[in-house]
Amino acid sequence: MLTRLAIIAQEGEHNEILAGDGGWWADTAGIMLILPFVAFLLILAFGKKLKHKGGEIAVAALAINLVWATVLLLMNASGGVLDQTTFEIGRIGSGLVFELGWVVDGLSILMFFLVNFVGLIVFVYALGYMKGDVRVDWFFAAFSLFAGAMLVLVGAPNLIQLIIGWEGVGLASYLLIGFYWEDIANVKAGNKAFLTNKVADVGLILGAILVGVSIGSWDFGAIDFAAFEGAPELAAVASVGGLLFFFGAMGKSAQFPFHIWLPDAMAGPTPVSALMHAATMVTAGIYLMARMFPLFEYMASNVRIVMIVIGTATLFGVGLLAIVADDIKKVLAYSTVSQLGYMMTAIAAGGYTAGMFHLFTHASFKALLFLCAGSVIHSVHSNNMSDMGGLRKFMPTTFWTWVVGALALSGIGLSGFWSKDEILATMGERGLDIVLWISITGAFVTAFYMARATFLTFFGTYKGDGKPHESSRILTVPLVILAVPAVFAGFLNIPGLSLPRLGNYTEWLAVRLVPMGDPHAEAINFGLAAIGLGAAILGVVIGWLIYYPDAETQLERDSFEIPVLFPLLRKKYYIDDLALGIVAIIKGPLARFVDWTNTYILDLIVNGVAGLVKGVGVFVYDTIDQRGVDGVFNGLSAAVDGAGSVVRKWQSGRVQQYAAAFVAGALILVVLFVFVLI
Amino acid sequence: MLLSQFLVLAAALFAFGIYGLLVRRNIVLILLSVELMLNAVNINLIAFESIWVSPEAIGQIFAIFVITVAAAEVGIGLAIVLMIFRNRKSANVDDLNLMRW
Repeated sequence: MLTRLAIIAQEGEHNEILAGDGGWWADTAGIMLILPFVAFLLILAFGKKLKHKGGEIAVAALAINLVWATVLLLMNASGGVLDQTTFEIGRIGSGLVFELGWVVDGLSILMFFLVNFVGLIVFVYALGYMKGDVRVDWFFAAFSLFAGAMLVLVGAPNLIQLIIGWEGVGLASYLLIGFYWEDIANVKAGNKAFLTNKVADVGLILGAILVGVSIGSWDFGAIDFAAFEGAPELAAVASVGGLLFFFGAMGKSAQFPFHIWLPDAMAGPTPVSALMHAATMVTAGIYLMARMFPLFEYMASNVRIVMIVIGTATLFGVGLLAIVADDIKKVLAYSTVSQLGYMMTAIAAGGYTAGMFHLFTHASFKALLFLCAGSVIHSVHSNNMSDMGGLRKFMPTTFWTWVVGALALSGIGLSGFWSKDEILATMGERGLDIVLWISITGAFVTAFYMARATFLTFFGTYKGDGKPHESSRILTVPLVILAVPAVFAGFLNIPGLSLPRLGNYTEWLAVRLVPMGDPHAEAINFGLAAIGLGAAILGVVIGWLIYYPDAETQLERDSFEIPVLFPLLRKKYYIDDLALGIVAIIKGPLARFVDWTNTYILDLIVNGVAGLVKGVGVFVYDTIDQRGVDGVFNGLSAAVDGAGSVVRKWQSGRVQQYAAAFVAGALILVVLFVFVLI
Repeated sequence: MLLSQFLVLAAALFAFGIYGLLVRRNIVLILLSVELMLNAVNINLIAFESIWVSPEAIGQIFAIFVITVAAAEVGIGLAIVLMIFRNRKSANVDDLNLMRW
């Protein structure tokens, strides 16, 4: 089942990295794509009867998956793995082939590991978090579906399977965001997420059609080669296709102005938020950009300007929104959007490794932060930071793991520092000075709002009801486990460092069919690192100065206020209102106009055609059918009737009359034969 | 040869038959007239066969056939006549005019 692509790669024709084909483990990697769906069905069938309502099935599926992912990760680290297994499902004409299967290379292996590792921890956490909740079996079923759809997406060897996984992720997220559907607001949040994504999905589907038809294949390997070799048929559509793909990625990865669905998506249970933000949902867009990276690197480089502008707007503009949010999960949601902006900008700037590295570290510490928030919410029974405060004393484990996550996110020392520094270095290397400084300011903002969230939640005095308590071990143990990669994941890719026998993240990720051509820093840029670190520390200090007093004194609202800016932020730049306004225009005047057009123009045409047809019908019936056709038949039958009334008189019933006629006939024949014919 | 005499006899018998068929009103007599006509034909057949002898004796065989058919015809005819007479107390053909339009 070794395909053409892997063989070429092994011969080193295109990529200098010599990679193995992964052997049995790569050939059977498809089991990772299937197991969560098996779990989904099993939970639906037997979930209600089990002790944990099917949670154990979901955990078992991901645990098995993690074995494969870990083995593949280690194989890839120690020698590279490049393989692809596909099964043909159908073909259009003679050219376009539709295949399902799985691709195993540096990028997909990392995503396999990420989804299964973070997923497993979140699933275990959910076992405790969802205990006693409503519809737990359905929750775990949909959760498995979520993970499974994401694995189908990241394992996709072609655009079509990617779209299948992409839509599956959208569906599962819709089901889980609206999980507490008894409250109409949650249903609306689910709808908003789904519809916002759908708008963007149009871009992805159009891009897939355009590229697929242009080069005659949806296979990522074929697209990569076409981009690398400068195939003219791809070059013709590269810019438009790249823009369409980016449009699709904007929706899934919540780039400005499609970010509006992500904060609302906090309506789901907290484990859903953790999984969605770390591994399964929002990373899909970044993954698509990384998967299609050769297209942007070698051909559609003009699209990068758009990507950089939008990514930068996202990382800074949406990050600011986190400063005024009171809901702790929304603070984290806005920070996720901001970090996604970093990743998108990095990939747009050519930092394939930098963007994916930030995705990798971000997954660990953002999942950690969400699970901490879940632990806090579980204890306080409120999402709002104005109901929290002083939790440091009540929930020490949650507090310390939160601090680890917050420091990592802020880019102070821990894993987030290394990945963010790599992004800044990439920007510096590409000479994007303005973007670089905005990003550094963004780092300051990140540290500032994380300091705010930390102080308002864990310091000062408790403002909520009841007495908070530390969560049970099934919630805190996953926090501690996740804190480990949140601290150490950054060391995997320190510039110039290569671990013995394992290499580093850059080398793992470079195992692709074609070279990615992104710049690698050989040594740490101490100046840039110091500036980034300084900005982050400055943010924490200012946050401490402003919000530490707030946490002490019991205030309903933050005392710190910047005129103009903060009210604008509270209104979320009016983008939600703008989106609603567009929807309102579609629902109101536009719908009425269409209705009017329908009534007065289309109906006129339809009625006219109908009237014409009716007239023709009446003519045909009255004239042709009634007079013509019926006339013929009536005349014929009248003639037969008349003839019959004459002829029947001959049948008199007198036998001897018949005999006389018979004799007369015989005589006539005799005369005829004897005198005429002979 | 005596052929002409046989033919005259046969023609006379046939003519009597036709006469009886057309004129008589009693069904039994009409049947007898039909028998006359059939036997007139039989005489003809035998007469011609006696002059132009064929190896297969076609004329005589045909005469046998005609006698057989005549016997069957008279059997069925008389049975019908008997049933009609029992039902209607009459053997007159003028009374049998049901079979018309």
